[in-house]
Amino acid sequence: MEMRILGRLTAADALPLYSWVAIGGAVVTILGFLAIIGTITWLGKWRYVWTEWLTSLDHKRIGILYVMLALVMLLRGFVDAIMMRAQQAFALNSGGYLPPEHFDQIFSSHGTIMVFFMAMPFLTGLINIIVPQQIGARDVAFPFMNSVSLWLTAAGAGLVLISLVVGRFSTAGWTGYPPYSGAGYNPGVGVDYWIWAIQVSGIGSTLSGINFIVTILKRRAPGMKLMRMPLFCWTTLASSILMVFAFPALTVTTALLALDRIFDMHFFTNTDGGNLMNYINLFWIWGHPEVYILILPAFGIYSGVVSTFAAKRLFGYKSLVYATMAIALLSFTVWLHHFFTMGASAGVNAFFGVATMVIAVPTGVKVFDWLMTLFRGRITFHPSMLWTLGFIVTFTIGGMTGVLLALPPADYLMHNSTFLVAHFHNMLIPGALFGYLAGYMYWFPKAFGFTLDERWGKRAFWCWISGFYLAFMPLYMLGFMGMARRMERYDVAAWQPPLVIAALGAAVILAGIACLVIQLIASIRTRERRRDLTGDPWDGRTLEWLTASPPAPYNFAVLPQVRDIDALHEMKRRGAVYERPERYEDILLPRNTGAGVLIGGFAFVFGFSAVWHIWWAAAAALLALLAAAAARSFCDRTEFRLSASEIQQIEERRLRQLAGEEAL
Amino acid sequence: MDGCTPIRAPILHPAGPVALAERDLLFTAVFIMLVVLIPVFVMTFLFAWRYRASGGKGRYTPNWFYSGKIDALIWLVPAAIVVILACLLWSETHRLDPYRQLNAGTRPLEVEAVAQDWKWLFIYPEHGIASVNELAFPAGRPLSLKITSDTVMNSFFIPALGGQIYAMAGMQTRLNLLADRSGCFRGRNMQYSGDGFPDQHFAARALSAEAFEDWVAKARKSPERLDATSYRALAAPSRDHPVSYYSGVAPRLFDSIIAKYAGQHPE
Repeated sequence: MEMRILGRLTAADALPLYSWVAIGGAVVTILGFLAIIGTITWLGKWRYVWTEWLTSLDHKRIGILYVMLALVMLLRGFVDAIMMRAQQAFALNSGGYLPPEHFDQIFSSHGTIMVFFMAMPFLTGLINIIVPQQIGARDVAFPFMNSVSLWLTAAGAGLVLISLVVGRFSTAGWTGYPPYSGAGYNPGVGVDYWIWAIQVSGIGSTLSGINFIVTILKRRAPGMKLMRMPLFCWTTLASSILMVFAFPALTVTTALLALDRIFDMHFFTNTDGGNLMNYINLFWIWGHPEVYILILPAFGIYSGVVSTFAAKRLFGYKSLVYATMAIALLSFTVWLHHFFTMGASAGVNAFFGVATMVIAVPTGVKVFDWLMTLFRGRITFHPSMLWTLGFIVTFTIGGMTGVLLALPPADYLMHNSTFLVAHFHNMLIPGALFGYLAGYMYWFPKAFGFTLDERWGKRAFWCWISGFYLAFMPLYMLGFMGMARRMERYDVAAWQPPLVIAALGAAVILAGIACLVIQLIASIRTRERRRDLTGDPWDGRTLEWLTASPPAPYNFAVLPQVRDIDALHEMKRRGAVYERPERYEDILLPRNTGAGVLIGGFAFVFGFSAVWHIWWAAAAALLALLAAAAARSFCDRTEFRLSASEIQQIEERRLRQLAGEEAL
Repeated sequence: MDGCTPIRAPILHPAGPVALAERDLLFTAVFIMLVVLIPVFVMTFLFAWRYRASGGKGRYTPNWFYSGKIDALIWLVPAAIVVILACLLWSETHRLDPYRQLNAGTRPLEVEAVAQDWKWLFIYPEHGIASVNELAFPAGRPLSLKITSDTVMNSFFIPALGGQIYAMAGMQTRLNLLADRSGCFRGRNMQYSGDGFPDQHFAARALSAEAFEDWVAKARKSPERLDATSYRALAAPSRDHPVSYYSGVAPRLFDSIIAKYAGQHPE
């Protein structure tokens, strides 16, 4: 066999010259990248970006970077979505504007990006910023590992992005079912980009899960018993446990698929004893818990938002906690409902169908607990509250269609149809994404020290929710009309009108995204008059609102004493908030390090080289990565000491500001 | 094109008892769930209106946050609904098991279906004939399908007649369907399988007994026979394959298609 220095990387294979749309995508990606690099260079901010952000181990900074990554990937994933809707709106008896192979790449990258590189970083970012503050901690348990998680996730996202410029992305869907995703049917680099992107980022997610579990179990402030934690901490704990148990299954499954592809093994091939159903089972053993990894943190956000903007303690706190943990446990018992149509016996299908329905009970309980929190509350319609109300109504519809799909005989009819597509978007857009956006608007002042414009936030909400109904109700209908998912074109005239409506819905969601962008720009421009001087703009009830906005690097100069659920609210009632402590003590904080960026960079080089079979570079990058991790473990100067006097200065300034003596 | 006029919404207007029962189960479940859904909608809008800070009429009780009765109710009502649905699910899943032979007083027609890139081959062992992209069968007589794939995973689906089932290489799945009236329905692969996937549909023709005999006779007149060589040519990837017939089929062809992936090469 001929060995080449660049593996199978040749200009003919690498350049996206197969369609004008693909060339356009590559150009936009390159220009976007250059614009970011150029802007930082032009402003002369490289040192600031490097020392204050990229190398920072502060959980709040890392969280903000996660959310920025998520928002960028949301745009990219949405471009995929609107291209698909446009294609299907036109593709009656014609090829539309996308060749089949390109359409297939787009639905694959849309799902992959939205799940792994939009939703995962969004929730990980929000957790990072908020959870340590909610439990009264100064950082996560493992700040360096946090940075490694971030940069592994970014490296995975980088692999997906660069596939648009160098080579192609997978056409096997975000689930990558073999044997279609095997080397026999799919010899190119597309599936490899998919595999290595989720390998690299999946390890980051596992590490994040470990980090959050240890943080919540070991770093709570005095008096913060588990049953006093805000719901967001509980759902984070549940979600993190799921990450730790579920993500290794994905890592192993995709690794086995990689072995099939590279070394011609036969785990999942048609021939020689391979069995695709093993892949599908293993994939969903990760995949179903993943749904709850995405959605549980959003449930936590809704809980906080409902309680804050109804100005009332959560109804049925214990019920909510038990329901959360029940969902986490049950999520491991239902994976087979993703393939009732494989021909299992009626007994097997019925078992998994019933197990799936059982999840509807704790989920229903949560919905009613939120409603009972609104009951006899005093409701302020902050945009975060609108996202929450929109979620309650819309998510319930998705829950109903989910129960329908849990009935095996009904699933035989709706499986693989656009009804299924509508159902899981119904869970993930109002269920998860609305929650993240509610959290984004709720906690933005905590992260940046000024509030977001509420008018544009409300406009964004109304566009998103009406766009959602317009885009996905027709897909439910098309499921009844027998339309399969992932169709690049079709010859049934009756399908076109609903598809045109769905495309209009996507356009309305685009307007919603535009509102989000305008909201951010307008709020930055008017930030001076939107300063959050108290650190508590919404009369908050939980400890993150006790810190300054943005918080000092150590969050709390003195760890708070917690006496009840809604710790801050209880302190306010007691009049024991913002008290001047008798004395300050030195605080040890994590020292910045570039090792996380370096490890992420090596992981990216490793992934890229593995995709193109440049084995010498892959081996070198892997060795370098391990060497960097080892070198870091010998580093003893991982913390720095912030002296009591410096802390006193910071805190006195804040106390004066709170007392209104100093107007900024 | 397959020459069928497809039913506009085949799942809402099925043409056989299996699809009808599956659809009815779906509708029943929707009705049962409305018991929870309607209160959620009503409460959301009502509470948002009544307890709004800007002039809502509702009482504000910031210190009321628990009631054992309400807590019990919100666990028990969803649980009761799920128990009802679960009982329904259990019996209907067994009754509508796609492997279960249908009893319509007549012997079922056995057909072997093979998914290929990107078409469907139907073998009629009883008649020794085969067809591509057209599945004909007598209305009122159960259709008993054995299904496999000679390529990636496919999913065999005739929405008007009943649910789908996967077609997997080296494995055999089964599907039992019945059309209670004659007609031409659209069937297709539902599982994405590559570039030719959108066109991978076939005509499912439920014919009167006489018309079916005529159809068999027509197939028997075909000059083509399906042996190892012509099968290989057919199995090669192709798009928009025209409807075609084979007047003869090599013995045990279907079994050999499965066996070739199980490590036992027939040749």
